Amino acid sequence: MAHAHTNASGESHGSYGSYLIGFVLAVILTVASFAIVMSHSLSPSGTLLSIAALAAIQVVVHLIFFLHMNASSEQRWNVMAFAFTVMFVGILVLGSLFIMHYTAINMMSR
Amino acid sequence: MAENIMAHGADHAHDEHHHELPTIFGFWLYLMTDCIVFGTLFCVFAVMRNQFAGGPTGKELFDLQGVGLETAILLLSSITYGFGMISAHKGKSGPLLGWFAITFLLGLSFLGLEIREFSHMIAEGNGPDRSAFLSAFFTLVGTHGLHVTFGLIWMAVLMVQSAGKTVFSERLLNKLTMLSLFWHFLDIVWICVFTFVYLMSVI
Repeated sequence: MAHAHTNASGESHGSYGSYLIGFVLAVILTVASFAIVMSHSLSPSGTLLSIAALAAIQVVVHLIFFLHMNASSEQRWNVMAFAFTVMFVGILVLGSLFIMHYTAINMMSR
Repeated sequence: MAENIMAHGADHAHDEHHHELPTIFGFWLYLMTDCIVFGTLFCVFAVMRNQFAGGPTGKELFDLQGVGLETAILLLSSITYGFGMISAHKGKSGPLLGWFAITFLLGLSFLGLEIREFSHMIAEGNGPDRSAFLSAFFTLVGTHGLHVTFGLIWMAVLMVQSAGKTVFSERLLNKLTMLSLFWHFLDIVWICVFTFVYLMSVI
């Protein structure tokens, strides 16, 4: 069944090399996050921003090297669904924080 | 013009038949909804992270070395699962079972560490009923742990189904690919957990 084979291999599934590259990048980013927090070398807000940025980069590394996300046409709908989800979660988290922050200020509960 | 569109449409459908995997795409959509579940739980945690009700703070409770070990184990299990998938695509069930067994044990030790952390906290009276912060913490991290548990059950089932296979059917490969997406997705959620729950509470 030729087309079954095409289907199976049409989905990109990585190689030892790409998994190892992703793994090494993930280790570097994770160690950097822990090191920044444990060494107390940055100001609290600086620490917060840098570990948030490192986490965002690591999520992208995982998506590319482990979940094999790419810009190919076969993946278009996967990427679209993902973009929608990111937007949705972003509105959810930032919106809630914004609302709850000002609620707390106006109710003088903090 | 109409003919052109028709031809193009047919061509496209044909292409899709070859390259798209509707099963995988459906599972991907499930993962996106799961992502929203976790997004909501992260949102609750973000709002509740300072509501200690006089109880202990994250700084007093969290052991970063333990979290680091859990992170290392989960990251390692992601890559061993990936190696298992490579064996599956080559149609080698021996190496596949080996890699999956390693992945399974890593997942199990991750769960063990998490259960030990939870029971330790609950034994000291810092369970989910202690404060809003701890309720949010246990719900979020517990939901992730529950996902890992079901992932392990799923992995055990697929190991039984793959045992002794020399040719992997498209159906079986699809199943393995879906668990692969699930497993890597859990690792991505864990990145956010160790960053926004553990590390951020300790700053």
